[in-house]
Amino acid sequence: MKRCTVTIINETGLHARPANQFVQASKNFTSDITIKKGDASVDAKSILGVLTLGAGKGSEIIIEANGEDEEKAVEALAELIESGFKE
Amino acid sequence: MLKGIGVSSGVAIGKIKIIEDDRYAIEKKIVENETIELQRFSSALEASRKQIQKIHDKAMAEIGKDEAGIFEAHLMILEDEAYIKEIEKLIQDEKLNAEFAADKITGKYIEMFNGLDDAYLKERAADLKDVSTRIIRNILGITINDYNLKEEVIIAANDLTPSDTASLDKKYVLGFLTEEGGAASHSAIMARTLEIPAVVGVEGLLDSIRNNEFIILDGDTGDIISNPGVKQLEKYSNKKENLLKSKKIYSQYKDKETVTIDNKKVVLAANIGSPADLDTALNNGCEGIGLFRTELFYLERTSLPSEDEQFEVYKSLAEKMEDKPVIIRTLDVGGDKEIPYMDLPKEMNPFLGYRAIRLCLEREDIFLTQLKAILRASFYGNIKILFPMISSMEELMLAKEFVKKAEAALTEKGIPFNENIEAGIMIEVPSAALMSGLMAREADFFSIGTNDLIQYTSAVDRGNKKVSHLYTEFNPGVLMLIKQVIQNAHKEGIWVGMCGEAASNSRLVPLLLAMGLDEFSMNSANIPQIRCLINNMKYEDAKKLLDVLNYGYIEKIKDKLDQFIKDNCQIRSVGP
Repeated sequence: MKRCTVTIINETGLHARPANQFVQASKNFTSDITIKKGDASVDAKSILGVLTLGAGKGSEIIIEANGEDEEKAVEALAELIESGFKE
Repeated sequence: MLKGIGVSSGVAIGKIKIIEDDRYAIEKKIVENETIELQRFSSALEASRKQIQKIHDKAMAEIGKDEAGIFEAHLMILEDEAYIKEIEKLIQDEKLNAEFAADKITGKYIEMFNGLDDAYLKERAADLKDVSTRIIRNILGITINDYNLKEEVIIAANDLTPSDTASLDKKYVLGFLTEEGGAASHSAIMARTLEIPAVVGVEGLLDSIRNNEFIILDGDTGDIISNPGVKQLEKYSNKKENLLKSKKIYSQYKDKETVTIDNKKVVLAANIGSPADLDTALNNGCEGIGLFRTELFYLERTSLPSEDEQFEVYKSLAEKMEDKPVIIRTLDVGGDKEIPYMDLPKEMNPFLGYRAIRLCLEREDIFLTQLKAILRASFYGNIKILFPMISSMEELMLAKEFVKKAEAALTEKGIPFNENIEAGIMIEVPSAALMSGLMAREADFFSIGTNDLIQYTSAVDRGNKKVSHLYTEFNPGVLMLIKQVIQNAHKEGIWVGMCGEAASNSRLVPLLLAMGLDEFSMNSANIPQIRCLINNMKYEDAKKLLDVLNYGYIEKIKDKLDQFIKDNCQIRSVGP
């Protein structure tokens, strides 16, 4: 299992377009991917799940992947968040 | 007689067709064969997917991209594997029936969305509800409402969902009638977009009407008359015909510029309360947004809106309007417009109390956040700032200092904004009107708010039935003030708009034009009519009206203005 902690830096947070983008990106990997914020933990491939996290700008989240491409998945998703979704 | 809120102009006469509510009974059952149950669920999903795709395409073709976007979001929910799997797991593990499992899991998510304090997420809860209702109806084999209209009908419903409005065959829809909803509800907005007469918020509607009942609905007054007599039928048929006739002529003026016969140009802009009104405003041929009320962000929620949330909305407005002006009024609450979470004390005299700019100047957290959001958005279009309720020079200067402060904060972060953004003030307090000569040196423009100016100048609460007859824009004192404000502004080289209801009063428009008003901002539905009026008169003729200010009597002034329109504005059809 791979994990990584990142901070949301884009203005919108994991909402609207960035949330859709994040979910679509997660779906590119076969690994099970979860994101955690505080006590809450959701499936990174679920738009409803990601939205319910309510992860706004400045939130710290943990990305966890489990599977064949876990390393790549965590790396790519962390990079997407750290790039601020090119907002 | 039933009565509701008229939200889309016009008269509809015809038979009722009731669109059933989404209510259905869901029983919890333990099933014997969960494989069959899983199949029921998956075929319902497939059916739902096809239906939504179809509605999406229809919405795209008939209504527009924004409306179609709602259904793209619906499809994304339908493709949410975690959501689907949770439902399947419940069916499998607990041998529960599919509809119960779907309802239970959906309920869990909706609760989560509603628990989060965010207007955007609350809308997603409505999307999820619309999708899950469809899935469950498909599981239960309840035919989704029969939208297959074969004859012209008036649609009646508790409320209409986006799925409902997009599915209906518009050529058979004479009008909308809903029990719930207000002027900003989805049904109301759709009705205006599609130019279908509509009355919403009709209490007791579904208890008192039946399918195929013959009714008249008046989308202007909100009146509903069931089983009308011959006389009423005649009256409303005439009204309908006249409305259609003039509407046809008015609509020819939609995309024209606003200019009198002798070449005096003015701007007709729209007042909007929500970004959802923008398409209608553009369709009605607005030449700008003269007033964007931002209260929407603050009301009907439980905490203050963030800078980003506001920025996104202002930005999209600015982009859609391209280079046309978008005037954003800063928060105008307090007094009668309450915001529960702000915990403002009740006041004896709210209209004279702690409201609008008075509140903002003391609440740096609210005011700076909003100004920063407006400034950031100004980079993407032609945005102007408007301060409400200014009553002294001190307030105006302080408000301008806040703009400087917001600009400095953005500059420090390297965030771009329009450095030459115009900041204007509402002229709605008599002291500001009287000082307009001084204020015009510091403000970039004026927008006369007649609703408050009339109430403050003539000391009349128009909500008080005992005195409301005294509330009129034709009070010569009010008219004199307006004239003075326009003159003072022009002397200092700034322009003047008007965003109160008086700006779309066709009787008053020639006089306002004569006074030199530069911009008329109104409910966009009135734009074609007012443009038709202005384009059919001469500025030189209108100027002779200035004499009415000396008449002194309200009725005399009204008579003269009526006579003027009769004599000098021959409405004519124009070519494309």
